[in-house]
Amino acid sequence: MLKIFEPNKIFTVTSKAPKYVLALFIVILTIGLTEALILSPEDYKQSHSVRIMYVHVPAAWISLGIFSAITFLSLIGYIFKIQNFFLISKSLAPSGLVFNIIALVTGSIWGKPTWGTWWAWDARITSMLILALFYILYLVAWRIYDNKDKAFKITTIITILGIVNVPIIKYSVDWWNTLHQPASINILSKSSIHISMLFPLSIMTAAFALFSLLIFLMKYNTELIKIKNKGLDRL
Amino acid sequence: MINETLLMNGYGIYVWSAFAFTLLSFVTLYAVIKIQYVKEKNKFIAKFGALNSERAAFAKLQSINKEILSNTSSI
Repeated sequence: MLKIFEPNKIFTVTSKAPKYVLALFIVILTIGLTEALILSPEDYKQSHSVRIMYVHVPAAWISLGIFSAITFLSLIGYIFKIQNFFLISKSLAPSGLVFNIIALVTGSIWGKPTWGTWWAWDARITSMLILALFYILYLVAWRIYDNKDKAFKITTIITILGIVNVPIIKYSVDWWNTLHQPASINILSKSSIHISMLFPLSIMTAAFALFSLLIFLMKYNTELIKIKNKGLDRL
Repeated sequence: MINETLLMNGYGIYVWSAFAFTLLSFVTLYAVIKIQYVKEKNKFIAKFGALNSERAAFAKLQSINKEILSNTSSI
């Protein structure tokens, strides 16, 4: 069953997909930006600064989602010795790190007019910064270790240590008295966000997800070609 | 209308800079990954071109190699 994960088979699809994903991303992003910057209403408390939420929140969600996926794939890959899962994890990491940085920077820009400061050592913000450090550690580990097995082992350990931080990020606003506001969107209970703001937020989340898919595909193809280059050396 | 969209009651500088930073990050990441992709692909084409006919024929048996050499795999 695991043969469907073989890079040789996957490449036929992944090599052709980026151009379609890029086209779809541009369309969705254009709609999202129009909604977020022009059509959506201002907030009664935060005024127009609420628009920063349309880039800050999707970026934070996706960076958390990608790190969780990397951990899951690394762990399964390590247990069942599936090399391709490591390749997928490695290809997901760059967009995860960039979304994490976007979440930190846009959060800081939002903080200045709202809290009166660019930065606070608040539990949510600090735990997001720690996640960025784990992303950096993960990517650096791939660069440092040439030995494949060692790289698999070290990167898996980094993700296992880093995943402990993910629930801390999620529940930090509930566990501690933080400057950061509590979640406005809940899957299990009623969300406090109005539909006129939920719509642009959803569109922007879809656009960001498509961008991370695009980067993933491009990086994955690059990694596969890199492997094939080594294969040619051995011929 | 245009003034209101740009200035946003004094929040414009924060909103536009947040969106500009996001889009700039997207463009930078896309460019970096694209450069890496083109570099690896060119390296592959050069190595493939240097193979003798027997080895090249053997390498072409793998569909992934044919796919990399074809133009369809360009982004």
